[in-house]
Amino acid sequence: MLDQILQFLLTGVTVGATYALVALGFAIIYNASDVVNFAQGEFVMLGAMSTIALSAGDQGLPLWLAAICAVLLVILVGMLLQRFAIAPARGASVVTTIIITIGASIFLRGVALLLWGKDIFGMPHFSGEEPIQIGEATILPQNIWVMGGAALLVLGVHYFFNHTLNGKSILACSCNRTAANLVGINVGMMMLIAYGLSALLGSLAGILVAPITFTSYDAGVMLGLKGFSAAILGGMGNPMGAVAGGLLLGLIESLAAGLISSGYKDAIGFVILLLVLFFRPSGIFGKASAERV
Amino acid sequence: MSYLRGFYLLLAVALLLPIAFPGSYYVTVVGVTAALNAILAVSLNLLMGYAGQISLGHAGFFGVGAYASAILTTRYGWNPWPAIVAGMAATGVIAFTLARPILRLKGHYLAMATLGMGIIINIVLVQAGSFTGGPDGLGGIPTLSLFGWRVNSDLRWYIVIVSVLLVVVWISLNIINSRSGRALRALHGSEVAAEMMGIDTGATKTQVFVLAALIASLAGSLFAYQQAFVSPDSFSFFFSIELVTMVVLGGMASTYGAILGAVILTFLPELLVVFEDYEVMIFGAILMLMMIFLPQGLFVGLQGLVRRVLRAKQGSERGAA
Amino acid sequence: MKIRHTFSALAAAALLGLGSAQVAAADSIKVGTFLAVTGGASFLGDPELKTLQMYVDEVNAKGGVDGRMVELVHYDTGGRAKDAVKFAKRLIQKDKVDVIVGGSTSGSTLAVMPLVEKSRIPFISFAGAVKIIHPVQKWTFKTPHTDAMAAAKIFGDMQRRGITKVALISGSGGFGKSGRGQSLQLATQYGIKIVADESYGAKDTDMTAQLTKIRDTDAQAILNFGFGSGPAIVTKNVRQLGIELPLYQSHGVASKKYIELAGDAAEGVRLPAAALLVADQLPDSDPQKAVLLAYKSKFEAAHGPVSTFGGHAYDGLFIALEAIDRANSLDKEKVRDEIEKTNGFIGTAGIFNMSPSDHLGLGIDAFKMLEIRNGDWTIVR
Repeated sequence: MLDQILQFLLTGVTVGATYALVALGFAIIYNASDVVNFAQGEFVMLGAMSTIALSAGDQGLPLWLAAICAVLLVILVGMLLQRFAIAPARGASVVTTIIITIGASIFLRGVALLLWGKDIFGMPHFSGEEPIQIGEATILPQNIWVMGGAALLVLGVHYFFNHTLNGKSILACSCNRTAANLVGINVGMMMLIAYGLSALLGSLAGILVAPITFTSYDAGVMLGLKGFSAAILGGMGNPMGAVAGGLLLGLIESLAAGLISSGYKDAIGFVILLLVLFFRPSGIFGKASAERV
Repeated sequence: MSYLRGFYLLLAVALLLPIAFPGSYYVTVVGVTAALNAILAVSLNLLMGYAGQISLGHAGFFGVGAYASAILTTRYGWNPWPAIVAGMAATGVIAFTLARPILRLKGHYLAMATLGMGIIINIVLVQAGSFTGGPDGLGGIPTLSLFGWRVNSDLRWYIVIVSVLLVVVWISLNIINSRSGRALRALHGSEVAAEMMGIDTGATKTQVFVLAALIASLAGSLFAYQQAFVSPDSFSFFFSIELVTMVVLGGMASTYGAILGAVILTFLPELLVVFEDYEVMIFGAILMLMMIFLPQGLFVGLQGLVRRVLRAKQGSERGAA
Repeated sequence: MKIRHTFSALAAAALLGLGSAQVAAADSIKVGTFLAVTGGASFLGDPELKTLQMYVDEVNAKGGVDGRMVELVHYDTGGRAKDAVKFAKRLIQKDKVDVIVGGSTSGSTLAVMPLVEKSRIPFISFAGAVKIIHPVQKWTFKTPHTDAMAAAKIFGDMQRRGITKVALISGSGGFGKSGRGQSLQLATQYGIKIVADESYGAKDTDMTAQLTKIRDTDAQAILNFGFGSGPAIVTKNVRQLGIELPLYQSHGVASKKYIELAGDAAEGVRLPAAALLVADQLPDSDPQKAVLLAYKSKFEAAHGPVSTFGGHAYDGLFIALEAIDRANSLDKEKVRDEIEKTNGFIGTAGIFNMSPSDHLGLGIDAFKMLEIRNGDWTIVR
């Protein structure tokens, strides 16, 4: 039984690390611009799909180079999204921006469908597929890549927001746009950086997990949904809360599948999410905010 | 009454369409789907447009109604009419129980909670296979009949569903223009301010939430009888999002806007089929562009356009005179 | 949601002059189809559509059926039952097709069946569920083996290997759920006990939790019913956890894509599938061999590795066209009767012998038990 639980925990943390990266992307954009970007899952898909496309065939790039190009490409997509879809609609209501990002996610999916078709694609594991024993439980080297990569990225984001001028400027924009502008912060530029950063996280998450999960043009939908849930669970305005929310959601799902019912594991995840919201309406780590009148 | 002017226009259009285009696929098949979607959009608009409460779980209530009718008629041999009522009762109970805790939430948290609620309902529909038929669905649902008049053709379904739509629109218009409607709009503007004016915001929100859920449940039952088949994919969160899109696209806080949004989003895929592989991309682009350039929604945008054109015309006439 | 008219018929007729073009168009055979070309079941709908388009063009190039050109009208349902009903209505009312083939998934097939029966139009489905033909509905036929037959074939093989305890894991989509139901029902007939019953979602990315539970049961084999990326992930997870039990997959993975995704982990996996996958390994005396090789080479020349799903479309199209040929008319009642009389039709799934009580006409022997060895299919004898 204990062996089983160890395996469930390891599984949960791997899956949770992916959710955490997607959730972090949600939180960064939300923090900077008050927009929930439902195209976040598409960044994940685009990262994995373009890496595979660039490294495919005899003429393809080596995997690491393809990955770098793919990440740059997705960052560009993120910035274009900000510049041409979000920025022009500034001042629109919350639901309007939600619909815009949903439109963007459908659009990006449509582009991926055109470029790469409907097939499911795999990616080679970074360092072999020989399972690693931990007690009676096993994980793949790729799982360690996912967890380690996620940890590094989370620390990097934490450092960026707390110890660099650009990071602090983005936070200033989210607090008060006008004031930020007045103290000489280039708000437009900061928004671009926030969306680019979010796209970077998404695409890297996609590349890290693709060897385990495979990918296809519509792989972003579910990841986007889970990432959004995780961000809300942790508390939308708090990036580290989003990370914790991601890990927690992964663990809940894995334990629910192992101990209760695999058919209802997703439902159990959402029930717990609802219960959390009923008792803490701003998520576990979110600050209760007063409504501006 | 002036606010019913648009309603009479709608009534006239609904009557004329099947006469002008008898047996047309676009009227009696796509039109019926559009009318059904419009019922859902109008009910969701009461909640979103007037009470200012976003819901990404409306398809869940639609599904509860559909499955209640499907299960009660096929497995327990109920007459379709009481099955509709039972479905609405079940939906009402669920909505009422969830209303208070869910509607305490704000903004994206509310969106997430309603989304989660819709998804949970959908998972139950998929997993409780012995009851719901699972992902393959439930067939053999009988059709409605009214004093021996069996609703068994596309035209008859057009008559039934469009009639229900008209009733729902009429109810919606009356609520909006009543005292409680003003309370609702105050809610949308600012909850705190509404409370200061002595409006019980909690009770008002709950009432609208339950009413919207009841209408969705009714629509679900009609959908089940019309299709004679239900399966969970018709009630997924994608459909909830589609409904929200209809409301926002048409123009929030406008009953006619909701209808317009439903009609456009139902017909758009029909027209886009010719683009084959480009369809998904074009659909996404249209959605984005419309929201970027008409953030108030099409209905409001079009109204503005018409007004501008009229004014320009008047201006030019005056100039000519 | 797409439409594709095969205009070659009209174009050919147009060469004869405008007046006769209209006559020819009116006389053409309109085959309607609705398929899940996008969405979660696109690996079914996509090869099905390609097959239909390929062969309609071929038939027309050869002069059509009795001089009548074939016109294909197609819509993409995205795998949604609601859209399937809508498009079936469009095919019947607006496009006025003579026969409908398609319905990639069981859900969308079951959804349109009431409409098909009411509209009295012959319909050949490409979906698996046994519910489609049992009980028999007058106007509905189908070409793929049923999931019940797949389960029976698998259990038969297990019985031969002396396996009595089986752990079941299935996808939560229609295919997985239906296969799970049939497996639970049939197991006892083969003296098999299902000792675990787990499931996973269509887009799930890790099944180690479910498989860890299965590892700790006394199961002697694992059976997975599902399609898409799920079965490949299950296969990899089984090996990752060091589970040495024999792994059985369903016919839902009968395409090279599965072997490609699962890689080395797929070695030794068994599954029931149509002979199409192993056409070149059949003895020359096999009556199916020529048909299979012809279809395989034609499909692979145009679109890459063949799957059995496209084969179902081939079978459905030609059963319909041959029935129209025999009926020598487009009268729906006559065409339906002729479809029901299909006898000895050599298709990709097997040799079809339909009857008023059997609207599929395949036996369990139409399935071959395959094992994956060295990254390729081999027949288990």
